[in-house]
Amino acid sequence: MPLTADALRLDDVRYAYGRHAVLDGVSLHVRAGEFVALTGPNGSGKSTLVRVALGLSAPHSGEVHLFGEVPGALRQRWRVGYVPQRAMLVDHLPATVEEVVASGGVARRGWARRPRRDDPVRVDRALEVVALSDQRRVPITELSGGQQQRAFIARALVSEPELLVLDEPIAGVDVESQARFRDALVTRCHQDGVAVLLVSHELGAVADDLDRLVVLRGGRVVFDDTPEKLTAEGVSLGVHRTDLPVWLEGPG
Amino acid sequence: MTLPLPWPFDRQYMQLALLSGLVVGACAPLIGTFLVQKRLSLMGDGVGHMAFAGVAAGLLAGVSPLWTALVAAVAGAVTIEWLRLHQRASGDLALAVFFYTGIAGGVVLTGLAGSLNAGVLTYLFGSVLTVSPADARSIFILGVVILAVVAVSWRAMFAVVLDEEAARVAGLPVDALSLGLATLTAVTVVAAMRVVGVLLVAALMVLPVGAAQRLARSFAATLRWAVAVGVGSVVVGLAVARAGGLAPGGTIVLVASATFALTSTIDLGRRRVRAS
Repeated sequence: MPLTADALRLDDVRYAYGRHAVLDGVSLHVRAGEFVALTGPNGSGKSTLVRVALGLSAPHSGEVHLFGEVPGALRQRWRVGYVPQRAMLVDHLPATVEEVVASGGVARRGWARRPRRDDPVRVDRALEVVALSDQRRVPITELSGGQQQRAFIARALVSEPELLVLDEPIAGVDVESQARFRDALVTRCHQDGVAVLLVSHELGAVADDLDRLVVLRGGRVVFDDTPEKLTAEGVSLGVHRTDLPVWLEGPG
Repeated sequence: MTLPLPWPFDRQYMQLALLSGLVVGACAPLIGTFLVQKRLSLMGDGVGHMAFAGVAAGLLAGVSPLWTALVAAVAGAVTIEWLRLHQRASGDLALAVFFYTGIAGGVVLTGLAGSLNAGVLTYLFGSVLTVSPADARSIFILGVVILAVVAVSWRAMFAVVLDEEAARVAGLPVDALSLGLATLTAVTVVAAMRVVGVLLVAALMVLPVGAAQRLARSFAATLRWAVAVGVGSVVVGLAVARAGGLAPGGTIVLVASATFALTSTIDLGRRRVRAS
């Protein structure tokens, strides 16, 4: 497989905070149209892996490529959509859902350029995908936590990225929002060919749609295969299952 | 030249004060809207104290204090933001360091001048009624620069203040935009020095924004309301100051404070009605 076929590729990546190794020889790839989930216990290095993959932190050794380029050299950064862990909104943030979503398209058109004619259409489409069209003029601080998270997913979608990286996007989100979230991801991934890397403890909402599951433990990849292979061993990917921490300790 | 304006703006010194005040009343809340979202409401204070050191240096050296203040303020603002961006110091610690260094530097330089220079006081507390045509022209030029830069970059700056990390991943030049905002803050502080003084300049960056946040339901509307409250505070403040023989800088800020209190009360009432 040529390097450029991967939307995201990490080869033997190492990263440490002082002497404490957080990522210890991690290799991972996500291809176009592939829906990959990354999971693991707290402190396993998931968030560090996301930062390194997105170019927010440089690996101490190993290689990271986004669409065949090292992150710093990728000129078309809009090809990468990112939904961070629950964003901390400023109290009284006076911004509508529409304004927040539209802010995701600024980089693609050029930061100093005025909105183009088709920009509102992109915003409309992104809002439709997350089922927030009727809330577009509502201040974002008036939405529920789940709705706010859907707005941030729409912000990531508005630049029509080819790789979507989501870091714990559904932690504590209501069931309806989880279903909407699942529909949005599956549509982008399996219909539009977007590569998706979902980092989450809660995989129940998307368990049936995953192409691959990667389990990280102690900074190492201890499982990288289809979810069916894991569930065949009697392991559940359900939401908030009491056995969740147990199965995370199990593989490898 | 005196324009045929009604009282209280019928005299040339009041018209120069009005022109300078309108520029500052529009620009300070405009920049302040972004600073408040970044939780850097007191940045204007820190930069103002650096500007004070620049003023003292200019008076000591016998050069225009406006331009030495601009150099000191821009250097201070850019350094504060650089420290914050590179996580060498938290935002409030970086501000505190420059806040005290600036005021101490200003005091020492003023002392070197031999005695407390009366000129320093006009910058500390503002002296909008003594603004010369040349001062007003300089303030106007600085204001046009600020408005032009904000008109071009406000959408990108909004994306950055909303979520710095996501903006960086998307490819926005976050460092350049943040340093640009810091520079605009410094330019605004210097433009506002003669109007309300360095001790009160941060008030015009924060109070109109606080009032606007309670009236607006979108970011674009917040920018418009903040400018309206800032400009309104200047016009009303100057008129009240002339009528009552009050200090204009302080009066302008008190009008902005009263507007903030009024909008907060209205907002509280609306929330109670909605909750009942």
